[in-house]
Amino acid sequence: MKYEAVIGLEIHCELKTKTKIFCGCETGFGGDQNTHVCPVCLGLPGVLPTINKRVVEFGIKAGLATNCTINKFSKFDRKNYYYPDLPKNWQTSQYDLPIAEHGWVDIDVEGEKKRVRLTRIHMEEDAGKLVHSGNTIKDSASSNVDYNRTGVPLLEIVSEPDMHTAEEARTYMEKIKAIMEYIDVSNCRMEEGNLRADVNVSIRPVGSKELGTRTEMKNINSFKSLVDAIDYEIDRQTEVLEDGGHIVQETRTWDPNRGITLSMRSKEDAHDYRYMPEPDLPPIVTTDEQIEAYRKELPELPDARRERLEKEYGLSDYDAGVITASRPMAEYFDEVVAGGADAKLAANWIMGELAKHLNAENKTIVDSPVEPARLAAMIQMITKGTISSKIAKTVFEEMWTSKDAPEEIVKAKGLVQITDTKAIEEIVDKVIADNPKPVEDYKGGNKKAIGALVGQVMKQSKGKANPQMVNQLLAQKLG
Amino acid sequence: MTLWNKPAHELHDLLVKKEISATELTQDVLARMDAVEGKVKAFLTITKEQALEQAKAVDEKIAAGENISFLAGIPGAVKDNICTKGVRTTCASKILENFVPPYDASVVTKLQKEFPVLVGKANLDEFAMGGSTENSGFYPTHNPWNTECVPGGSSGGSAAAVASGSAIFALGSDTGGSIRQPASFCGVVGMKPTYGRVSRYGLVAYASSLDQIGPITRDVTDCANVLNVIAGHDDMDSTSSFAEVPDYTKSLVQDVKGLKIGLPKEYFVDGMDQDVEKAVRNAIEQLKSLGAEIVEVSLPHTKYAISTYYLIAPAEAATNLERYDGISYGERIDGADVVELMTNTRSKLFGEEVKRRIMIGNYALSAGYYDAYYLKALKVRTLIQKDYTDAFEKVDVIAAPTAPTPAYKIGEMISDPLKMYLQDICTVPLNLAGLPGISVPCGYSQKHMPIGLQLIGKPLDEATLIRTAYTYEQSQSFHKEMAELGGAEA
Repeated sequence: MKYEAVIGLEIHCELKTKTKIFCGCETGFGGDQNTHVCPVCLGLPGVLPTINKRVVEFGIKAGLATNCTINKFSKFDRKNYYYPDLPKNWQTSQYDLPIAEHGWVDIDVEGEKKRVRLTRIHMEEDAGKLVHSGNTIKDSASSNVDYNRTGVPLLEIVSEPDMHTAEEARTYMEKIKAIMEYIDVSNCRMEEGNLRADVNVSIRPVGSKELGTRTEMKNINSFKSLVDAIDYEIDRQTEVLEDGGHIVQETRTWDPNRGITLSMRSKEDAHDYRYMPEPDLPPIVTTDEQIEAYRKELPELPDARRERLEKEYGLSDYDAGVITASRPMAEYFDEVVAGGADAKLAANWIMGELAKHLNAENKTIVDSPVEPARLAAMIQMITKGTISSKIAKTVFEEMWTSKDAPEEIVKAKGLVQITDTKAIEEIVDKVIADNPKPVEDYKGGNKKAIGALVGQVMKQSKGKANPQMVNQLLAQKLG
Repeated sequence: MTLWNKPAHELHDLLVKKEISATELTQDVLARMDAVEGKVKAFLTITKEQALEQAKAVDEKIAAGENISFLAGIPGAVKDNICTKGVRTTCASKILENFVPPYDASVVTKLQKEFPVLVGKANLDEFAMGGSTENSGFYPTHNPWNTECVPGGSSGGSAAAVASGSAIFALGSDTGGSIRQPASFCGVVGMKPTYGRVSRYGLVAYASSLDQIGPITRDVTDCANVLNVIAGHDDMDSTSSFAEVPDYTKSLVQDVKGLKIGLPKEYFVDGMDQDVEKAVRNAIEQLKSLGAEIVEVSLPHTKYAISTYYLIAPAEAATNLERYDGISYGERIDGADVVELMTNTRSKLFGEEVKRRIMIGNYALSAGYYDAYYLKALKVRTLIQKDYTDAFEKVDVIAAPTAPTPAYKIGEMISDPLKMYLQDICTVPLNLAGLPGISVPCGYSQKHMPIGLQLIGKPLDEATLIRTAYTYEQSQSFHKEMAELGGAEA
């Protein structure tokens, strides 16, 4: 039987507020254990929470940017469960009246547009971190609790089960990441745990309308793990069903080292969270005026920006998609173009050489040693014909390791393109004389043989001859 | 001069006139405490040294010619569920036996600005759950009027301290009557302000939507003065009111002419002690003779108040008390793993009543029962609030007994929790409605145990309560009599 997967995501997005959600402690990543703490986030007897208004603002903006309805009357609830990283043994979260509901985002998968609906976005506090002496809480002789992360604000973004492949789930999560970056509510650094997902996966026979039994995988923290875990889980569930078994509703954990999912707890062990309205926080009441004010503050979002790049600069849908997938890259692109560079060339260089160099050194575009202004200057030199694209690569290498302007590099290294017809003609003549074989082949009808001759000319000119002129001259002379 | 038996306003005058020093006053109160504390057991922690240092500092101010505030140099007690930086705060629970808060409750910060002398932390029912102070995890407090009797609760230590002369004033907390009922049992004045009037930051939560801190004092004048100090908005408490705080001493006037006082028939319940009913009705007659107009009112949902309270309060308590797990502070009883550690700590260190309420609360909140119990209780709470709203369209103040009986014998009701819960019938509805209430002494039972008259006010209208209570108080002399430490042990 053919099966179809049904996938839904709960994405936890850490907000980039200066202070925690219910107290004045700083939120910064790192710091010695238990240094970003106070009586409130430690849950000492007698303390009370006070809401960080930025968190509400960010929640509303996230809702608006994902086409949600904002609940003008929203409230916090206590989600009760005992765990040592949770000092109060409840998480202050939102239950039946989240800040935003009923939204959607569009994703592109293999050229097709798909809409993923959002169930809700709610605000909550993060828990602390357990540092085990062993691998897990069960096999450790002791564990330490670090409460620095306790009370760091989170948005939980819950999707409908609208995805059917790992690729769709990845694209959706990338889209959420892009939107959160664009509206500047989160750093979205996955390696620091700013963005994590709980993934629900079930399978059903193709054509069936009924949902299969789902499993949930907690705390997926990279796109690779997301794809691998979903693919593994689809295969595992398919195998179970084909062997005549049934899927157990359970929480599973993804082990990225072994590339498998493992059972954590079954539905029978699931918590009864005994949700209760948080009596220490008044409901959050928002007005239409406030919501509209936040809407006006929203920047151009990824979809709109992508469309603009296509329309304004004639970028391909694919290129525009890649450039706008992250706000820093889109901003980098805009700066390069503003610096006078041709937009299509700018896109090619950013997605090509620049991306290659960044990946090799594990850097993000924000930390790029080549600033937009220098890249723009270099691209202008290509457009003007001062340097060839090939030489530009040499220039780019130099710019990557030095602070020098491209003009200086070209001058110092004598890399200026030869556009003097006479000078090129001299080399062309010499190459024709020295290479009778390819000349014969070309004249005999093998037009491709010209490539070898062009290569020789470029080599002898140390790459500086204008390739177009070389081509032209060779073709002329060989008749 | 005997000082421990005087109200704060008299002592303040003596201090200002330099007839006494704060040190003399403090020594007198501490000596009284030495004499009676063995029988009363009002305190869990006594801070003698700190008290004498604070008194000395006030004397230096006076010597330097500074003006002193009302509470400067006046010995006071703080209920031991209110956090005091550097001073053990136990909530009368074994689980917090050695817990020393690193911060002050907002009310304590406000008090400290007035330079009072804090003599100690007062006993209570564990985590404020109870009405007799018998549920203290350490020892019960005894009623200064008859030490065989309970002082009421949960602020029994605070009320007994003020009544016995070991403190001139005290702070208590009131979730279902925990200030007013012990004030009534101990013959002192106790006020539960409007929910949100006084910051709860640093009050160890029992039931967050009902808890409120308030003063326990010798008379209404002291009550107004202490309320002046502790009332007002606090940024640390999101539920605290932004409403302006009037000067409550301006309400210390004898004038109830034309004041409409409501008499709710539902508060004169079956089984009410006849002495109580007589004393309260006499007090109401007295108010009438002073010019007030008495109007019958009905608060029809009163009969549901106890069941509503005993669902909402335990539900909130169940979550509020989840934090005591032995992990990062408080006492710990170890176990083979973390689950056993938490289980041991909570099973062995919480008292029976606390565990009973945690179980009731978790039951009311659990899946499948939430709608039938907790949600239903919230709806009834709204109806109870509406009863008052309707009644207050016709009257300015509502008068009722504070408790259906005078103080009873220690041990008399401890084995019957339901009977004990019914004791809260006259006080609980105010907490559900968030309204202010005050208990003032209005007479004695035949066994000479004090009886309290409860006055209930509109939201944030503590001023009218103070004026009414003051007018009544000044028309008789119950507030002037001090407890005599009677009873078999005396």
